[in-house]
Amino acid sequence: MFTLTQAEQIQDAGEKNYLVHEKGLWSWLTTVDHKRIAIMYMIAVLTFFLIGGIFALLIRLELFTPGQTIVSPDTYNKFMTFHGAIMVFMVIIPAIPAIFGNFVLPIMLGAKDVAFPRLNLASWYIFMIGAILAASTLFLGGVDTGWTFYTPYSISTSTNVVLTVLGAFTMGMASILTGLNFVVTIHKLRAPGQTMSRIPLFVWAIYATSIIQILATPVLGITLLLIAAERILGVGIFDPTLGGDPVLFQHFFWFYSHPAVYIMVLPAMGIISELITTFSRKTIFGYTAIAYSSFAIAGVSFIVWGHHMYVSGQSEFAGKLFSVLTMLVGVPTAIKLFNWIATMYKGSIRLDAPMLYAIGFMFLFTIGGLTGIFLASLGMDVHFHDTYFVVAHFHYVMVGGTLMAFTGGLLYWFPKMFGKMTSDTLGRISWVFVFTGFNVTFFPQFILGAMGMPRRYYDYLPEYTSLNQISTVGSWLIGLGFVIVLIAIIKAFISGEKASANPWGGKTLEWKTASPPHYENFETTPVVTEGPYEYR
Amino acid sequence: MSIANIETKHEGGHHGFGVDEHGHFHHAHHFKDAHHQYESSKQGIWLFMVTEILMFGGLFVAYAIYKSLYAPIFHVGSSFLDVKWGSVNTVILITSSFTMALGIYYNQTNQFQKAVVSLALTILCALGFMGIKYIEYSHKIHDGLLPGKFFTNKEFPKKLSEYIKKMEPEDLSPQMKEIASNPKRLEKAAPLYFGFYFAMTGLHGLHVVIGACLIFWVMVKTHRRRFSSEYYTPVEGVGIFWHIVDLIWIYLFPLLYLVG
Repeated sequence: MFTLTQAEQIQDAGEKNYLVHEKGLWSWLTTVDHKRIAIMYMIAVLTFFLIGGIFALLIRLELFTPGQTIVSPDTYNKFMTFHGAIMVFMVIIPAIPAIFGNFVLPIMLGAKDVAFPRLNLASWYIFMIGAILAASTLFLGGVDTGWTFYTPYSISTSTNVVLTVLGAFTMGMASILTGLNFVVTIHKLRAPGQTMSRIPLFVWAIYATSIIQILATPVLGITLLLIAAERILGVGIFDPTLGGDPVLFQHFFWFYSHPAVYIMVLPAMGIISELITTFSRKTIFGYTAIAYSSFAIAGVSFIVWGHHMYVSGQSEFAGKLFSVLTMLVGVPTAIKLFNWIATMYKGSIRLDAPMLYAIGFMFLFTIGGLTGIFLASLGMDVHFHDTYFVVAHFHYVMVGGTLMAFTGGLLYWFPKMFGKMTSDTLGRISWVFVFTGFNVTFFPQFILGAMGMPRRYYDYLPEYTSLNQISTVGSWLIGLGFVIVLIAIIKAFISGEKASANPWGGKTLEWKTASPPHYENFETTPVVTEGPYEYR
Repeated sequence: MSIANIETKHEGGHHGFGVDEHGHFHHAHHFKDAHHQYESSKQGIWLFMVTEILMFGGLFVAYAIYKSLYAPIFHVGSSFLDVKWGSVNTVILITSSFTMALGIYYNQTNQFQKAVVSLALTILCALGFMGIKYIEYSHKIHDGLLPGKFFTNKEFPKKLSEYIKKMEPEDLSPQMKEIASNPKRLEKAAPLYFGFYFAMTGLHGLHVVIGACLIFWVMVKTHRRRFSSEYYTPVEGVGIFWHIVDLIWIYLFPLLYLVG
């Protein structure tokens, strides 16, 4: 595929490998190498994931019995807010673009780095400042608004909202700058012959994601600033007693936060495209359709926000319009799914751990997507709104979708990043726990929601007890699954087998360079002559 | 995108770039030439400007909604502003956009002393703008026009109810009618205009300050001969930012000062 000699493909970068090329903590904190920045994001995001995960387990433990189980109602509200805010702003939004986008995107293009390496490092620092601002509320009284900061409660609560929204604002800035960096990189830094119709589908997915980051995040920025201004100055734009309107807050918030759902899931879809084609040993089916459907999803994502507000006092006409528009999302999503299935059809499928996670994604995301249609229907949503049905739906999309893809991507690119193989057996066992545990946790929540159990509540009626207990047990299984992933990673660092340049038989450019790669990615700039997935 | 002059051998790992002592520009290692780097940087700057406009866009949308619902509050509110100061500031900012453009032009043509003078004049304009804003703000604060819980102005609600009385009832939106029917609510809603005034001009003022700092930075670099006809991307980038800040004011001025 690429005009690199066999000798170059299998060589070891040796002393020029990016991990050891420069030494010491300072060389990491001042690095402008996109690969090292990716690793720094990875350490941060995985730490936040651990914290967010512990809060999830605590929430489920509290809900094991009706009434008080382990904590007071006020503490529970804080746990719930921390879980949501940490997982959304500090884990799922940055995870795939900032870690894998940073690491593999420039290599996939055949570039030496992203377009603005220093800005890339600055983004990491901005992200960390934002994360620390937001996380510091853990020790400064906490926040109890939920991750959505709905007014008027977020204006009147005595908890530390200002610090959290400023943290989220700052992390949003990092998100914008990362997206901007990727767009320019994709446009300007492709290797010779790497035309737009030859870039891998992961790159297309990150491109569409970046567009959303650039266009939607500023609106969240101003909204969060206004929340801070409301609390400090009382400007009154969202405060009904001062002539303002809290529904406007919801419009602004969801104008960002609905597209943000696609910031979370489009990169995951990009990973799935890579995994499915590599582990099926077959050229991807419908390259163009998958690439453009990412843009269709990004485009539609900007005109569906009102489906969060069917019962918030928006007009009936607006509700109907948003309902129809929301259904449109199903079309490009289904295009992707059917193309992946068509790719697997008659492929030589290998069920290595990353592929298991990809297939898990396809199952769970389909359930998440189809239950989304229930919620998009105006009449049904009136009943399902603010019940556990919604909780189950978005966890099927966010955990069953994004986190499954993230873990698959982690196991897939780990050998490239660190030059060590993780144990495939441990990977597969972890998948069994995560996949089963996930369904045990969240499927009962669909039933609970349909039975009418409201979301976010501390207490519930006795008849919901058994389903809640099943759900809590499931959360332990998921926790165990991720612990096994962690063990697999630690074991790989200690005694992992050395990874070859291309352990999975991938065709994209990152598999044509050493594992771990040379600090400038390639010894010689590659010249691309074919599409990204030329199997057969 | 042409692919001539592909670098096949990489020397060193440095990402450093800039103008050397002979005034020649060395591009960063991951670009293939100076023009490639310039084009990429320009694209990045324009994308960033899109995010600036969207951020202010949120405020403009909120303004449009509330102006359509509560027009009398905005009309009365703007009568509390001094059009004279607003006009002077508009002229100052437009002048500063011109001197900024000159700063870029003189850097492009290697006339560094003139460039430094132009950039210094731009900073002077920015300071003048902020000075006038200071006068305006302190006047408003003195009159108790800070929004929300700080609002103590007694004249505003009085003027507002007189204004509404003079209007035909069918010209009022249902929401405005509802508020106008209850003096207590009218009094509470009156500060809304100044919520917008301070949020919009405050955020804009912050951008003016940041812009002035950035112009100072490129002025110092110009003085140290870090730019030349071969490399002036930062000056141009700061210039684009400054013009956007200026452009936003061009919209803020009529929306806040002339709407009455």
